[in-house]
Amino acid sequence: MARMTMIEAIRDAHAVAMERDSDVVVLGEDVGYFGGVFRCTAGLQKRFGVERCFDTPISELGIVGTAIGMAAYGLKPIAEIQFADYMYPGYDQIVSEAARLRYRSAGEFTCPMVIRMPTGGGIFGAQTHSQSPEALFTHVAGLKTVVPSNPREAKGLLLAAIADPDPVIFLEPKRLYNGPFDGHFDRPSVPWSKHEAGDVEPGYYEVPLGKAAVVREGSAATLITYGTMVHVALAAVAESGTDVEVIDLRTLLPLDLETITASVRKTGRCIVLHEATLTSGYGAEVTALVQRECFYSLEAPVLRVAGWDTPYPHAQEWDYFPGPERVRRAIDKVMEAE
Amino acid sequence: MAARKTTKNPNVSAEEMLGYYRDMLLIRRFEEKAGQLYGMGLIGGFCHLYIGQEAVVVGLEAAAEEGDKRITSYRDHGHMLACGMDAGGVMAELTGREGGYSKGKGGSMHMFSKEKHFYGGHGIVAAQVPLGAGLAFADRYKDNGRVTFTYFGDGAANQGQVYESFNMAALWKLPVIFVIENNQYAMGTAQKRSTSTEEIHKRGEAFGIPGELVDGMNVLAVKEAGEKAVAHCRAGNGPYILEVKTYRYRGHSMSDPAKYRTREEVQKMREERDPIEQVRAMLLTGKHATEDQLKEIDKEIKEIVNASAEFAKESPEPDVSELWTDIYAEAPAA
Repeated sequence: MARMTMIEAIRDAHAVAMERDSDVVVLGEDVGYFGGVFRCTAGLQKRFGVERCFDTPISELGIVGTAIGMAAYGLKPIAEIQFADYMYPGYDQIVSEAARLRYRSAGEFTCPMVIRMPTGGGIFGAQTHSQSPEALFTHVAGLKTVVPSNPREAKGLLLAAIADPDPVIFLEPKRLYNGPFDGHFDRPSVPWSKHEAGDVEPGYYEVPLGKAAVVREGSAATLITYGTMVHVALAAVAESGTDVEVIDLRTLLPLDLETITASVRKTGRCIVLHEATLTSGYGAEVTALVQRECFYSLEAPVLRVAGWDTPYPHAQEWDYFPGPERVRRAIDKVMEAE
Repeated sequence: MAARKTTKNPNVSAEEMLGYYRDMLLIRRFEEKAGQLYGMGLIGGFCHLYIGQEAVVVGLEAAAEEGDKRITSYRDHGHMLACGMDAGGVMAELTGREGGYSKGKGGSMHMFSKEKHFYGGHGIVAAQVPLGAGLAFADRYKDNGRVTFTYFGDGAANQGQVYESFNMAALWKLPVIFVIENNQYAMGTAQKRSTSTEEIHKRGEAFGIPGELVDGMNVLAVKEAGEKAVAHCRAGNGPYILEVKTYRYRGHSMSDPAKYRTREEVQKMREERDPIEQVRAMLLTGKHATEDQLKEIDKEIKEIVNASAEFAKESPEPDVSELWTDIYAEAPAA
């Protein structure tokens, strides 16, 4: 067992996958010679050769499209989009080709690929380096969407994503690359070396897609979240003094509805939290499902805490970011309702 | 008016040369100051410095006329200063303050000035290229004789939308100069590792767009090429491509340690090709300026840059209510 950052754990997942399957190839901007702007692929080109870990031009459409071709032919490409915000030129290929290939060929061709993208804010990236576009993927039938929240699970989820027979969008919360971030931006940052989820097992293991984790058990309310917000939620709950159960979804699609409903039926109150903008965000889907599945157990309206419906700001990052203070207020509110 | 002293280049007066020196030095000192403020934590996030590339914008601005437009990518501070935007307003945008060109909403990569016909800094690689073609379309539509300088990098030159823009610009004979600022690195990837052919300026050939390679470390060469391109566009001949070979001394952004190239490579460029030193040497050896005159300019620039930094520190942070403005003309009911 080694303590790793999320960057090191993701790098390790690549190495393990490449070691056991010669069809796994890695491509993206700066991923080869330079090792990735966040260093997630550092050393892979040296170890596995330029044929298996290679640089692409700045051509997101081309990166995604060629990866789809590779996947259709039997390779297992892992494509890195340098920031999720750069994905849009490749979005057509993701939606019209990757997600649909299996369906329109009646299963004759498939697209077993992973598209990795750093997501979310908290690093002063402003509007073109901070977005959380997960709902743009979960809205598309044929894609799976994964958002890890710590190094150990990032490795296992990435290995499961690589093994998966369908295209998987793997969103890496960049604010969590080096440590768990609880939203208290004015406090010293904590490295993963100080957190037990930085313990990463060596070798191959999977964290299955479609399984959520209850990261804090509680009885008063259920807080459903994923990615960076898992740590924000835990901090807010600790500070609120309310016994809130916190669920880390880990995979947005397929969604672990069983874990959600078991919790909300127990607590009767529910908050959904994400960093992405509120309107038509992923929280709307979770809220609708909770309402359908747990209607007779609910003692309060389901609340959503999310980024405001604005572009991700440059100067006012912490006014935008749904930090522990906003989550605490939501906890108080959901507890107030009779 | 005093007789103009000429330099070796008959088209350029000593005053103009001094002007280029001053404009390039302003960009360099501004960027150095921005780097310092970044180091002090006053600027956060992404900040892409233009140091080393100064001759490109200064040379092309020398070929521009009032009303001509410019649009560029995220390495945009130099373009703004070169077209006459206020250093304080740019610096205050970097620090995310109310006095910034975008009231702190845009940051380093996103500033605009209608007055100076500057259509932005754009954070997404190559996204500004079709916009530049559109600006030129509007000029052609209005038949006003204006041209648009559409800047992008060698990295951006591999985005598909560049070629869609080339085709439309040629098809519709748009007065647009596609300026490829080839600093030889697409973020951390050297040109040879990302680009199939070395001669990017020839990529217009398939569309019937003439292109040429320009020494981007030499402001006079850039100006001359710019004038030729501008004349081509103004005469209604459609677009023109300039591949301006340049070099950035700093990393891609402030967080880039630039480990993908050697220190020697950077050092060699600085020592042998520096655009500001070249003009300085021309001015002094041609006796078009004295050391004292240049010192005076240095001093003046220092004052402008220091004042911009002071303004950027003093200007208040935007009010929280600004989060909700400028999203729609009229905010939709919640």
